[in-house]
Amino acid sequence: MTTLELRGLTKRYRVRGSGHMLALDDVDLSITSGRTVALVGQSGSGKSTIAKIITQLERETSGRVLLDGAPIPRRGRGLRAYRQQVRMVFQDPFASLNPYHTVHHHIARPLLLDRVVPRAGVDDEVAGLLEKVRLEPGLAARRPHELSGGQRQRVAIARALASRPALLVADEPVSMLDVSIRLGVLNLLAELQEADGLGVLYITHDLATARHFSDEIVVLHHGRVVERGPSDDVILHPRHEYTRALRDASPDPDRHFGGGRTADTTGSRS
Amino acid sequence: MFTNRKSITGLVILGLFALLAALADVVAPFGPLEKDYTALKQPPSATHWLGTTHLGEDIFSQIAHGTRGVLLVGLTAGVLATLVAVIVGVSAGFLTGWRGESLSALSNVFLVLPAIPLMIIVASQYDDPSLFLISAVLAITGWAWGARVLRAQTMSLRSRDFVQAARANGEPLWRIIAVEMLPNLTAVIASSFVGTVTAAVLGLTTLAFVGVIPITNLNWGTILYWAQQNGAFPEFWWWYVPAGLAIALLGAALSLISFGIDEYVNPRLRSAGERARLQKKRTKRSTA
Amino acid sequence: MRLLLRRAAFYLFTAWAAITINFFLPRMLKGDPVSAYLQKNQGLVSPEAADALRTLFGLDTGKSLAEQYADYWVLLLSGDLGRSFSHGLAPVADVIASALPWTVGLVGIATVLSFLLGTTLGTLVGWFRGGRGDVIVPVATFFSAVPYFWMGLIAIAVFATGLGWFPASHAYGKGTTPEFSAQFIGEVIAHGTLPALTVVLASLGGWVLGMRNMMITVLDEDYVTVAQAKGLSRRRVVFAYAARNAVLPQLSSFALALGFIVGGTLVMELVFSYPGVGKLLLDATNAKDYPLMQGLFLVITLTVLVANLLADVAYAALDPRTRQGEV
Repeated sequence: MTTLELRGLTKRYRVRGSGHMLALDDVDLSITSGRTVALVGQSGSGKSTIAKIITQLERETSGRVLLDGAPIPRRGRGLRAYRQQVRMVFQDPFASLNPYHTVHHHIARPLLLDRVVPRAGVDDEVAGLLEKVRLEPGLAARRPHELSGGQRQRVAIARALASRPALLVADEPVSMLDVSIRLGVLNLLAELQEADGLGVLYITHDLATARHFSDEIVVLHHGRVVERGPSDDVILHPRHEYTRALRDASPDPDRHFGGGRTADTTGSRS
Repeated sequence: MFTNRKSITGLVILGLFALLAALADVVAPFGPLEKDYTALKQPPSATHWLGTTHLGEDIFSQIAHGTRGVLLVGLTAGVLATLVAVIVGVSAGFLTGWRGESLSALSNVFLVLPAIPLMIIVASQYDDPSLFLISAVLAITGWAWGARVLRAQTMSLRSRDFVQAARANGEPLWRIIAVEMLPNLTAVIASSFVGTVTAAVLGLTTLAFVGVIPITNLNWGTILYWAQQNGAFPEFWWWYVPAGLAIALLGAALSLISFGIDEYVNPRLRSAGERARLQKKRTKRSTA
Repeated sequence: MRLLLRRAAFYLFTAWAAITINFFLPRMLKGDPVSAYLQKNQGLVSPEAADALRTLFGLDTGKSLAEQYADYWVLLLSGDLGRSFSHGLAPVADVIASALPWTVGLVGIATVLSFLLGTTLGTLVGWFRGGRGDVIVPVATFFSAVPYFWMGLIAIAVFATGLGWFPASHAYGKGTTPEFSAQFIGEVIAHGTLPALTVVLASLGGWVLGMRNMMITVLDEDYVTVAQAKGLSRRRVVFAYAARNAVLPQLSSFALALGFIVGGTLVMELVFSYPGVGKLLLDATNAKDYPLMQGLFLVITLTVLVANLLADVAYAALDPRTRQGEV
């Protein structure tokens, strides 16, 4: 059982010429193995900033990040060990893989860096990981531009799982994929979570999938947490008006237009 | 990037010059300074393909032998300058804060300093500079442009997700630069290298023409220097025209290679002509 | 505004760097011709001139490097660049001042002409891409690789000696004294045409190709397609939309190319015996006139810096993005 906790996390960016921008304001969050937490919010709400701070690509301005109750290490062997435990899947499958290197390189690097298996066993482990994400082991010799978006994202997931982490941060893992294949990738994530007992932070702007795949939903608005709770509760009985607005924004075929709800900008009656 | 038409043409011409340089002793009918007092200032003929100088030296042989000096210095200067450009440029792009800014300022300073006056002053100091020294002087004035381009490319690469992913996985810095980023910079490095060689060739021939580099280093600029000094003007066109043409041809070949690389990097340039032609065909067909 | 301040700070820094390099330059040079000269011509050099020379060349062995550096700055700020050996000990500043206007005039006019012509041509070739205009690419490539001085030689041979249309050398006829008369100005133009033409022709190719490439990239952008779909006249689309945006990177490469253009023109002055700073520098190098060489390097560098600054100002004026606040 591993738990990552964010307490009172604040992040301030310095903007050239006009002072500061508050990206995160006093955020509390926790991820535990075996559970999925969805972080929901619109663009600019600070979701990706949280991901970057968790993976230590950026430093928080104030607040604490605790792994199993202890502050996370910032350098040296401790940082290495931390990084092995917490991995990230990036949003853009076209940009998160190095166009120059093969799939094998991408998956083998973390294996070698963290010495997950002895050198001799790397090839087998790579093949095993590819199978785990439902890709053919033969894909290992290909380069990213030879793969489809969905395949690339699976490779990214395999790369994230290579170090056998306890926690996974998935930053909008399917928003740049075709709608028809999103479910497949999300189902894969759900299966992997169950099989490996992963704790997943699922960052998204899509309420529907958030509800479907997570146990808990945290709603972020302009850097502040405005609502949190079990998924069904938050969706069916939203308390904050922003959450309500989010929910109402998803199209519902059973709802009627013209009831004065939506602003009709054209004004025409055709 | 080396398979499109422009690159291939450029590479072929460059290859021919390289062959000429390597096989100068075999191809040239005479030694470069071999004097034939019976044939002074002769226009091109069967024996002397490009005519002779005022001392009866065969101009074609001079050009053939001079190729060696030009190519050697050009390539050496190119290698040196590109090496410096990669080290400074990539570091300037990757490092943030004052370190990156000061490296960038350094390359900007060298970029603005006018090259030729500096080269003239420095080169005039030495009585018999070796080829390496000349290359070094050319490299010092020529590295800054490549560094600037590499810095811009590195900065854009640095924010790409796959670099962030490598960082998040705990890859050491040197591996991120050497293994993850450098391979994506090869096109830019190649283009910068070619540009630097072109500048070095022009710089070398200019310095030789001006007489700042002693005549012991035979290159095409030296031929022009002799022509100028010994009244080749304007009647003895065979003396000064071929050397200049050779410079232009080599420069054009290098530029073609550079364009080929540019088109590879910017796919819009590649298909621009083809698409426009296709469009014309289509509109013609539809209005027929 | 902030952008301009940053650029100005950068130029100040570069100017400082150039001056400092100039300070160290003679100290790196071999031998000590200045001392030799001073010894040889002891009676002819006034004490102040001798002092100035010693400061410029670091011969004050009594003082520390920092003190020499400070003295050097004092000297420069008072406009004293030493005395020229090869010009009868005339002040270097005066010698340069008489040659600088010729170079600035020649380079300035020729470069601006070449840029305007090349950019316009490049715009048209870029617009008509894929058509017959594309033949200009290999032609322009070839011409852009031709050394300026060689082109000058050919130009003299063809136009001056061969056809006799233009005089072959110098800025004005022998025996004419410079004055503000129509005849003198006419002579200046006649003598300056060939050198200017050479610079224009030799650098044209580069601008044409650069602008063509930029145009092709810009024409692919969606806003150009929208402009055409809106039914705007072709001339408006080409010039007000496409060329207007494509010319911006050209301007910044113009600034960068200035150093190179100046270099090429310097050597070309030798070919035409044009009395500018280029010929002055080369003559000084041959005569081992170190004070003049040092002064020239400084002046040329500072002039290129000023030209760069002007080009940056032009760029900032033309690019609306720089006018917007700091984002």
